[in-house]
Amino acid sequence: MAYLELNNIYKSYGHGDNETEVLSNINLSIEEGEFVAIVGFTGSGKTTLVNLINGLITPTKGEVLFKGAPVLGTSHERGVIFQNYSLLPWLTVGQNVLMAVKEAFPKKSKKELQEIVADYVEMVSLTPAINKRPKELSGGMRQRVAVARALAMKPEMIIMDEPLGALDALTRGNLQDEILNIWGKDKRTALLITNDVDEGIYMADRIIPLRPGPNATLGPEFKIDIERPRDKTELNDNANFKKTRNAIIEYLMDIGEERKSESNEKIILPDLSPKDFVNQFKYKFL
Amino acid sequence: MRQSVTLSKVTKFMGLGMFGTLKDLFTGKLGKEDFKSFLRKTIVPIASILLFIGLWHMGAKALYEKEANFKIQKALTDQGQSAADAMKACIASGDISCKPNTLPSPAQVWDSYKSLLKDHNIIAADKAAFKEKTAALNEKRIEDGLEAITYTGRPSFVDQIFRSLKTVFAGFLLALIIAVPLGIFIGLSPTLKSSFNWFIQIFKPVSPVVWYLLVFMIVKTLLIDSNEDSSFTISFISVGLCSMWATLVNTAMGVSSVDKDYINVAKVLKLGSFQKIFKVVLPSSLPLIFTGLKITLSVAWMVLIAIELLAQSPGLGLFVWEEFQNGANDSNAKIIVAMFVIGIIGFLLDRLMLTIQNWVSFDKTEAI
Repeated sequence: MAYLELNNIYKSYGHGDNETEVLSNINLSIEEGEFVAIVGFTGSGKTTLVNLINGLITPTKGEVLFKGAPVLGTSHERGVIFQNYSLLPWLTVGQNVLMAVKEAFPKKSKKELQEIVADYVEMVSLTPAINKRPKELSGGMRQRVAVARALAMKPEMIIMDEPLGALDALTRGNLQDEILNIWGKDKRTALLITNDVDEGIYMADRIIPLRPGPNATLGPEFKIDIERPRDKTELNDNANFKKTRNAIIEYLMDIGEERKSESNEKIILPDLSPKDFVNQFKYKFL
Repeated sequence: MRQSVTLSKVTKFMGLGMFGTLKDLFTGKLGKEDFKSFLRKTIVPIASILLFIGLWHMGAKALYEKEANFKIQKALTDQGQSAADAMKACIASGDISCKPNTLPSPAQVWDSYKSLLKDHNIIAADKAAFKEKTAALNEKRIEDGLEAITYTGRPSFVDQIFRSLKTVFAGFLLALIIAVPLGIFIGLSPTLKSSFNWFIQIFKPVSPVVWYLLVFMIVKTLLIDSNEDSSFTISFISVGLCSMWATLVNTAMGVSSVDKDYINVAKVLKLGSFQKIFKVVLPSSLPLIFTGLKITLSVAWMVLIAIELLAQSPGLGLFVWEEFQNGANDSNAKIIVAMFVIGIIGFLLDRLMLTIQNWVSFDKTEAI
């Protein structure tokens, strides 16, 4: 039996005539210790899929099985790294992590909890910022706090919803390596949702494209047969990498084209020109 | 150096940026490029205050002359030339019997302010003397199980200010105790929200006068056996009930509109409902709760005057009413003094709340 299984998942929002099906006929199985990436366009229902797996929402039809048991709610076994960090702005870095640790290990003493917090904050190299609030941190640092918070609960499976989407290329590369490191250390199962094909290939064992919604469904899977640890600079010359990359991008382009031809409706734009807003405000509020 | 930085920070934090700039001027720290901002922040407000006083002075003078001319004219038509001349002389001499009773000038108001302070000093001295005189006697009375003799003289203007502040804080506290927990419950439960919504919508716009009458009906009956003066109880309950709505609505809105991301975090961390409310929902709605409390305090201060007047509860409201009824030489000027005191205290209360709000909430709102 697979570690995580999604069987014929349908998810729709609204009722009656307003009902829109976001996901339809999703089938997915992930083995223990595997790193799977799901690649898709923005708005294709990726976040809905993630929320189904971590138990924030329930499917309209079908079932999500985690270790053979249906997922009915959230669980500490599945750690989530949200797209928009979702740190609590009134707590410091340490307090944000501590809150998660406290819930995951209610029996541990205060000192042990503090040690776990210190360890994980150190792991994402934020020890100097442990007493700062999220507002004082850069985007990359915030995301590292979110990573530390998710991992400090020692989940068996890490679910990442476009965790690096809002970061610049350099920070992104560093964090990819950090996440891979942590994943490799104790071979947890990981599911990464991303819109970056290169990121998927660099990090995952398998890539599954999500066809754009409504009625989003999973496309054929692509296996990445590149040895770990992977080197980013060498990867560019790797024939296997190029082949897989081209295949995935071609597939995504094709379904993009398909969608375009499906909707022949022409949108007529109104004839508008922007007002001189800048000057208007400048004089009004000076 | 370090100290001056902290001071400017403090004044800015309290929304009193003007004083920070003013201080920079005297310490010579003001650069040329800051001059424009200095003009805007310090000189312009001072100039507008002076302009206001000037306009007020001219307006008061015009009104005075209009009434004086009317009086002279009336004497002329009713009683003839000699009466008109007598009236003219009487007005010029500043006699109380014929002085035009109109808007007082800034100078008169300032004089009244000084005389009110003087009056306060006299009463305070009187009180101290009374206390000293009765100290030994009171000790004996308490030993004998009798009530101590208290000073029953007329309260001074300053006493009335403090009495008003006491009433407003008691009312504010009542509003806080009722509205914040109720708002949290309403915000958390859609069922409670729909069951309370009609209640809030109907009672929110009710005027302070009506609230006072309602509270009066109830408290009067409840305290029917007691000989104590119930005017304070009635007025602070009315103030609380009048002003609590802003807090109630804001708290309910803050609690029900917590960012969905935070709720998701709470769910993923599997926080219990108690933990969820105290660690996620309340902190994230604190800015809105404080906005509500700020409005509540300013509404409380505003309605207090009307309610004190109705309840005959000593305080600034009653002071204004008594001066109006009194019709003495400087009554009008005293009313204007009270008006400024009310306005300035209201402003300070607002700043106080803003400072507390900035201090407790993560969302630092810039003061206007």
